[in-house]
Amino acid sequence: MDTIINAFFNIDIMRQAAPLLLKGAWVTLQLCAVVIVLGISGGLTLGLLASSKNAAVRLPAFLFIDFFRAIPPLILLILIYAGLPFIGIRVPPFVAVCIAFLLNNSAYFAEIFRSGIKSVSRGQTEAARASGLSPAQTQAFVILPQAVRNVLPDLLSNVVEIVKLTSIASVVSLTELLYSANMARAVTYNSSPLVMAALMYLVVLWPLVRVISRFQRGLSISS
Amino acid sequence: MSAPQPLPTLEITALEKRFGDTQVLRSIDLKVANGELVFVIGPSGSGKSTMLRCCNRLEEPTSGAIHVNGKPMLGITRRDLDRMRLQVGMVFQGFFLYPHLSVLKNVTLAQRKALKRPAAEADARALEMLDKVGLKHKASAMPGELSGGQQQRVAIARALALDPKVMLFDEPTSALDPELVGSVLKVMRDLREGGMTMIVVSHEMQFAREAADRVVFMDGGVIVEQGTPSEIFGNPRSERLRAFLSRVSGEAA
Repeated sequence: MDTIINAFFNIDIMRQAAPLLLKGAWVTLQLCAVVIVLGISGGLTLGLLASSKNAAVRLPAFLFIDFFRAIPPLILLILIYAGLPFIGIRVPPFVAVCIAFLLNNSAYFAEIFRSGIKSVSRGQTEAARASGLSPAQTQAFVILPQAVRNVLPDLLSNVVEIVKLTSIASVVSLTELLYSANMARAVTYNSSPLVMAALMYLVVLWPLVRVISRFQRGLSISS
Repeated sequence: MSAPQPLPTLEITALEKRFGDTQVLRSIDLKVANGELVFVIGPSGSGKSTMLRCCNRLEEPTSGAIHVNGKPMLGITRRDLDRMRLQVGMVFQGFFLYPHLSVLKNVTLAQRKALKRPAAEADARALEMLDKVGLKHKASAMPGELSGGQQQRVAIARALALDPKVMLFDEPTSALDPELVGSVLKVMRDLREGGMTMIVVSHEMQFAREAADRVVFMDGGVIVEQGTPSEIFGNPRSERLRAFLSRVSGEAA
């Protein structure tokens, strides 16, 4: 028992690693802020395209969504980071991660937005258009507010997934939380920093996860 | 028959609508004069809703022409269509209030965004129209808190707030519980007395008898017969209309 506590829950080691991990957590936070905004923007655009009546617009969007949902994000990230220099583009790790996450998250968010848009009845569009609202106004003021409300738990769940997924940025040496923890582990020959990193994720994500399940309960009661 | 008008408020000319191989509307001609209430009856699948929905191009006509106050609804840009639609109010069977907006916001949205009315003016107009349908006190309620009849009256207020030249009613009471139908019909009667031009597709035959200037009977995508309520209900000429009326009165009995 002592060896387990010593190897995984060593308070002294955690205390020593704390500054490094906090720095890593800060990078993770920045990374999350950027990739979540990118993913939601890209996903919304793509979701609208995928909901288009025009097949020439819709089909490429579907292709994009399917493709990037099927590619493992870790492979995508490594390909971008290691592959772009071959076509003469050298990007810092942060940018490589942003590109990979934009491609991957947009596809997931797009699918959520698309199902949200689909869940709003055709009559809503007809009522809005019949009252002289343009297609863009109809989307912005009538369809999307309802669509987002209908898929809010899914959107938040996806945000949680993305926050956790940012840890893959460690493979391209971005000094985010996992990379920092792993570094501390290597230096101390002790796994306590990893446990500490996990606890930090937990502290941030647990409340979010609670909110989501409350939403889902609320929805299932009202529907 | 109503006296010929120099410029009909709504004019449908040689309207045709096909869905694939199915011909839904066949050479429909209809002129609706200012202030006239035209009531459209017919069996389901006769094309009456499709005709109504062609008037504001929720359904795209295959050929023909629609004019509102002499201005074409077809062959115009999307922007012009949006502008023309402001003149054609539509009330649906399913109400289609915006569930995420308060009653007041439901009535102000198109005023603000399509008519570009200032907020204060739109609010004032909305309250005036809600008062007209007897629901001013519900202005801050959400649609989900209202009964079906109340929702439909808000939908009517929402259309009226845009100052349309003509109002289209697509089976406005068909989704309502019987005890709520009266309140909606009363609003429609008030509107007619206020001089609104209206086309009503509905199965409320009693209302047609009392309030319609003209009744149009459609079957199989054509206008079979039209006339005053007493002509249509009291002295049907075609066999198809007689069969329809006896079927309908049989259901009511």
